[in-house]
Amino acid sequence: MIKFLLMINKQGQTRLSKYYDHVDVGKRAALEANVVKCCLFRKKEECSFVEYKDYKLVYRQYAALFIVVGITDDENELSIYELVHNFIEVLDKYFNRVSELDIMFNLDKVHIMLDEMILNGCIVETNKNRILAPLLALDKMAERTEPCEGLLAQSLPRSGCHGTTQEVWALEGQG
Amino acid sequence: MALKIVKGSIDRMFDKNLQDLVRGIRNHKEDEAKYISTCIDEIKQELKQDNIAVKANAVCKLTYLQMLGYDISWAAFNIVEVMSSSKFTYKRIGYLAASQCFHEGTDVIMLTTNQIRKDLSSPNQYDTGVALTGLSCFVTPDLARDLANDIMTLMSHTKPYIRKKAVLIMYKVFLKYPESLRPAFPRLKEKLEDPDPGVQSAAVNVICELARRNPKNYLSLAPLFFKLMTSSTNNWVLIKIIKLFGALTPLEPRLGKKLIEPLTNLIHSRLVITLHRASVEKNVCLIGLVLPIVCVCVCVSNAVLISLSSGMPNHSASIQLCVQKLRILIEDSDQNLKYLGLLAMSKILKTHPKSVQSHKDLILQCLDDKDESIRLRALDLLYGMVSKKNLMEIVKKLMLHVDKAEGTTYRDELLTKIIDICSQSNYQYITNFEWYISILVELTRLEGTRHGHLIASQMLDVAIRVKAIRGFAVAQMAMLLDSGHLLTGNMQRNGICEVLYAAAWICGEFSEHLDDPMQTLEAMLRPKVASLPGHIQAVYVQNAAKLFATVLQKHEGATDSQAAQDTSQLLIERLPLFVQSANLEVQERASCILQLVKYIQKLQQKDVEVAEEVSALFAGELNPVAPKAQKKVPVPEGLDLDAWINEPPSESESEDEKPKAVFAKEEPKQSRARHIEVDEKELARRREARKQEQANNPFYIKSSPSSQKVYQDAPGVEHIPVVQIDLSVPLKVPGMPMSEQYLKLEEERRQKERADKKKKDKKKKKREKRGKGKRDDSGPESEEDITPAHQVDIVTEEMPENALPSDDDDKDPNDPHKALDIDLDKYVPSAENTLHKVTVCMLHAEKQGDLSITRHFLV
Repeated sequence: MIKFLLMINKQGQTRLSKYYDHVDVGKRAALEANVVKCCLFRKKEECSFVEYKDYKLVYRQYAALFIVVGITDDENELSIYELVHNFIEVLDKYFNRVSELDIMFNLDKVHIMLDEMILNGCIVETNKNRILAPLLALDKMAERTEPCEGLLAQSLPRSGCHGTTQEVWALEGQG
Repeated sequence: MALKIVKGSIDRMFDKNLQDLVRGIRNHKEDEAKYISTCIDEIKQELKQDNIAVKANAVCKLTYLQMLGYDISWAAFNIVEVMSSSKFTYKRIGYLAASQCFHEGTDVIMLTTNQIRKDLSSPNQYDTGVALTGLSCFVTPDLARDLANDIMTLMSHTKPYIRKKAVLIMYKVFLKYPESLRPAFPRLKEKLEDPDPGVQSAAVNVICELARRNPKNYLSLAPLFFKLMTSSTNNWVLIKIIKLFGALTPLEPRLGKKLIEPLTNLIHSRLVITLHRASVEKNVCLIGLVLPIVCVCVCVSNAVLISLSSGMPNHSASIQLCVQKLRILIEDSDQNLKYLGLLAMSKILKTHPKSVQSHKDLILQCLDDKDESIRLRALDLLYGMVSKKNLMEIVKKLMLHVDKAEGTTYRDELLTKIIDICSQSNYQYITNFEWYISILVELTRLEGTRHGHLIASQMLDVAIRVKAIRGFAVAQMAMLLDSGHLLTGNMQRNGICEVLYAAAWICGEFSEHLDDPMQTLEAMLRPKVASLPGHIQAVYVQNAAKLFATVLQKHEGATDSQAAQDTSQLLIERLPLFVQSANLEVQERASCILQLVKYIQKLQQKDVEVAEEVSALFAGELNPVAPKAQKKVPVPEGLDLDAWINEPPSESESEDEKPKAVFAKEEPKQSRARHIEVDEKELARRREARKQEQANNPFYIKSSPSSQKVYQDAPGVEHIPVVQIDLSVPLKVPGMPMSEQYLKLEEERRQKERADKKKKDKKKKKREKRGKGKRDDSGPESEEDITPAHQVDIVTEEMPENALPSDDDDKDPNDPHKALDIDLDKYVPSAENTLHKVTVCMLHAEKQGDLSITRHFLV
């Protein structure tokens, strides 16, 4: 089972965190700091698996960004190792040469992709097209809303627009 | 493109969206905390507005802040509001935030039940999907109970996208609400044969997780899984199934026979291809690399099944094949493969130590690897590979690594491994305990280790249980105490001073073995001792008293009354230092003993012989007590341990500080119940019982001189020359023995022994030649031939009489999987209903049929 997936940069700043078992907010910070320390000190030619407390960490480094997955003993290390790369490929496909900033600016979308791939600590999907399908549907939805949203925003004073915008979106949602 | 347009329009609508927040944080590197707190204030304002879009935007920002470590539980209600938005774009933001920050303690979760139910049954598959994903993160027992049926229906949804998610979520539901397993299981089983591979793999995932915990309930699924294994082309599924078989085979040996062929084929075909690809196109082969693991799993399950169906010669061939293939992996230049190879080896080691032991060279080589992960794995393997023959050699190698190791974590790991290896199965592999003691003493020289306590408990254990070694151990410990200032020199925080605890106790308890108790007593009462942690000081003081008794006895035996009085004077001078200690334990012991000594001094001045009486204070031998002994004492009839024996104290008092158990860790050895009055009959009965138990215990090495020759110590083992002060080697405490010497000595001893044996054999042969001319096979030295250097009497730990033979102490009562241990084939009838009974009978018949099918398949 996968217990958590983290994206942390070399400075130790968390860029994405997803826990599949609840961990207290306070403990998360400590865990993330320790985890990145474990990985930072390792050299390129060393293997990608580290044992950390009860977890086994599988990590990969892309430029300055570490992707670290915490798994239990019974999980298959190499399949997780490949999953990480698969995840990066999906991000790359969607953002077209993904960068750290893309992930920060679009945190919610990255989460959608991740949720399509891992559910409940298990790998559910590895096909890039299928992973991206919900996200693309969402983008299309947003695109269609775009023209009237823009108009509304310009023509109506900000505080008075609630009722109308909600109605428009409600209609759109069904369509 | 689309993104940019969306971004532009939202920018105009709201003051600040996620992107602005991120940008803002980056621009305020100096006063980030301040900037974020103003942002949080803004968000609080936004959440107060009625517009759901504004709220969703605020929640989205909160999700980011939560990732940075800010607590956002105060916004839980707003998150629920956003979750219940009718529009997917907002709903998903709400669910995302909920999945990141909700947990079982979040009270607003109660409010979400109906909303989630609505979303689950939404015509839009993405609504359902997002609800399922969110649910997987924050499902509570209540939610699981209320929604189990809805999710179960979704398992048969028309869209595979929903089906696979629903199947996976069911696992979480089972954990939170075990009653749902029985009704859901038939459908789950159905999903194993779903036309969509995604759903299929989800079902395999769930059943594997369940079966790993309670395998016996899932045996009936074996035929189905076998079919899947032989037909599936999906590597992910294959891996899971093979792991599942690993759990099932121990329960059903016939399954093993059936599996062996397809598994061997898999190893042959897959591994070769993958390795080839791995070396040719290192970066291209992505999924391909997954395959060696198939081999790994195969090996594991193979190992298990072969051990069960032994007797078939070709099986040992396939385990050989596994090990050989793993060797290829370990020798590969790719570090990941090397790691996994070692990992798999360790699994085979459990069942087939012999076949792995032949690769000792390779594993020792891995100890020199640059990579810590790999070294740790190799260490793990060593544990299972030691034998009487190679223990010293392996430990010597490890000691070299201890000296070289840089990181303290790795060094600590080495230390624990050395101790683990040596102490495993009741010191089975140690032939020379003097060597082991000196290894322990050498380990105390490590700076900054956290495992002082571990070393200390080993010293105590060996000294108490191996009677023959006490003399040597005491001498060593006296030396340790003498040079105690070296250990504590740079200090307190390094835990090595714990060793002094053991040293002081051993010296005190077995003081009759000391050459110069006076000197040790002196060492224990140095003013510097006062800087040691309290619990160690307490042991010092207590054992100083024991030493005092020994010294008195010596002097009175020699009628040297002046020296005896000097000793009392020394104690009277030094003890007040401890009486002033801030530690209560030390204070109490010190003042008790001080009074005692003062009294003794008075008697001495009157020329009264006191030694006899003083040493009577510490008379009696301590036997080791098994760690679980206390727990196993049966509660006498009519005794209610939970009943109050006095008026219960008021609530407020009960929370007062509990006394810290200073000796808790060493308790079994320290607790002394010396004056238990037992009548002779009872004693005799106990002795009888113990003898009986020892006779039945195969691990008990009996002390009675056995028929085999009692080995005379090799020359020198007894009188090991004390190492000279060697100034060129720093950090060595002078006067301490070096474990390496023992290696040589042991080697000599064994050679001599072998020579002796050969002589004997020759004599025998001659005799035999003269006689019937029978041939005697004297093969290579086997394990059993190595006799220990000392006649060792390893005292077994004592258990109370009529101890309860329960062994479930190891099970964790909080394991959520315990509740899922449900026999799924059994039908629970409700007794009143006769109609029901008929169905039950029919079901039973069906089950019988089912079983026979299973049997048919297996044979």
